[in-house]
Amino acid sequence: MAMTARQRARVSLYVQAGIFVVAVAALILATDWKTLTTNVFNFGKIGPMFPDIFFSGLKNTLIYTFLGFIVGLSGGLLLALMKLSSFPLYRWIATGYIEFFRGIPALLVFIAFGYGVPLAFGVQWNVAVVVMVSLGMVAAAYIAETLRAGLQAVPKGQMEAARSLGMPQWRAMVTIVIPQAFRIVLPPLTNEVILLTKDSSLIYVLGLTAAQYELTKFGRDGISSLGAGLTPLLVAGAFYLVVTIPLSLLARKFESRSARTKR
Amino acid sequence: MNDVEIHSRTQSGRVHAAGVAIKDLRKSYGSNEVLKGISLDVAPGEVVCLIGPSGSGKSTLLRCVNLLEQPNEGSIHVGGFDATDPDVDIDKMRRKVGMVFQQFNLFPHLNALRNCTIAQTKVLKRPQAEADKIARANLERVGLGHLADRFPDQLSGGQQQRVAIARALSMDPELMLFDEPTSALDPETVGDVLSVMRNLAKEGMTMLVVTHEMGFAREVADRVVFMDGGVVVEEGVAEHVISSPTQGRTKEFLRRVLDPTHIEIAE
Repeated sequence: MAMTARQRARVSLYVQAGIFVVAVAALILATDWKTLTTNVFNFGKIGPMFPDIFFSGLKNTLIYTFLGFIVGLSGGLLLALMKLSSFPLYRWIATGYIEFFRGIPALLVFIAFGYGVPLAFGVQWNVAVVVMVSLGMVAAAYIAETLRAGLQAVPKGQMEAARSLGMPQWRAMVTIVIPQAFRIVLPPLTNEVILLTKDSSLIYVLGLTAAQYELTKFGRDGISSLGAGLTPLLVAGAFYLVVTIPLSLLARKFESRSARTKR
Repeated sequence: MNDVEIHSRTQSGRVHAAGVAIKDLRKSYGSNEVLKGISLDVAPGEVVCLIGPSGSGKSTLLRCVNLLEQPNEGSIHVGGFDATDPDVDIDKMRRKVGMVFQQFNLFPHLNALRNCTIAQTKVLKRPQAEADKIARANLERVGLGHLADRFPDQLSGGQQQRVAIARALSMDPELMLFDEPTSALDPETVGDVLSVMRNLAKEGMTMLVVTHEMGFAREVADRVVFMDGGVVVEEGVAEHVISSPTQGRTKEFLRRVLDPTHIEIAE
């Protein structure tokens, strides 16, 4: 007995819903709720995290991300311009840098700048400096590629028009090409900030004082002090979302705006 | 020719007009020679139209004049500048040479007024107030004074092209280059752009125009130069070249572009 297309679609919907219900039921049955409520969803004991999570954890995460982004953006712009340079050596250096820092785990970079550099040069770097340099150098590699694509997406006629008006190359770049490239890369750049927000947690490899804790470290500290199991980490995770979801919405807004103004 | 300069009056006041002297110009892309020894003079205050089929090298020739393309051989003098001298100050020379592109190339992140002031303030170092005044006068001149606040994507093609002309004029150029200024326009906006160019010619601006508008060439140009295959095939008084060409290739080209039943293939 053959089914019509509409019947087939309805059956397919029932099957999908059925699979979902079974999966959720299995998950609920298999879960050890008693342990879970004391060790993961134990929100009764997290009171002491507040309000410090705002003034230490969240604040430091935002500061570290911002520092890393500033270094990443300026370094990335420099690398992008080097990559587009007519001087081959600059292109090679930029390519080498980008491939290197995109190819190794960011964690290794944090260890290198947190422990390696102080050992090698006998200097003691402030935690903020280590984050700024480590996060910034990794971010620069990713941002450089984003910016390069943005710079190349600006039509060639823009540079020609600017040069025709007597602008030197650098002036045309600064006044005409780079502002347009930034508009193009605003959505991917915002996504870059989201990645940085999360990667700022890597500073945990260094010994931090309480005042230097960012969200993840703050949460880990709560695990040992509050007796609520992993619950503090869950809270810390929620705070990341408070930062990253608005950024994500912002990126989407930039995207729809640039789609609208595209000629 | 390079030291010949005359003065003429325009609406914006006294301007210099620069002549162009091109001699034995050659330009190749790899093994493809696009310009095969072009010589062409434009006297100060003269309007010369370059016509010819697609790929004849006329746009390349125009772009060589302000060095958007680097010629391989030959010489170009623009006003007092030797454009082919390796030590020439390109930026200084380009300030004297306005360029209008087929695709307008307005700066999309700036409104019409800022499009006309950005180079004035950044290159000529004019104070913002003075630059604004000059820009508004030039937007007025192309009939768009009321749209100074609009961004390029809020303007029609014809309006964008007129802003582009105002932008070039705001630098007080002594020579204007037009690279198929109406080829990318909707037919109903072509007239506005041509009438702006016609007025400019009347005011005594030196103009070198690559165009397919034979009516405009016949009416406005002092001289018409027909190019084909990278050489100048025929040149002379506009009326003569267009109405009674002497060369076979010119006749063939004109027959095709002037024949209303002929479907022209865009360049």
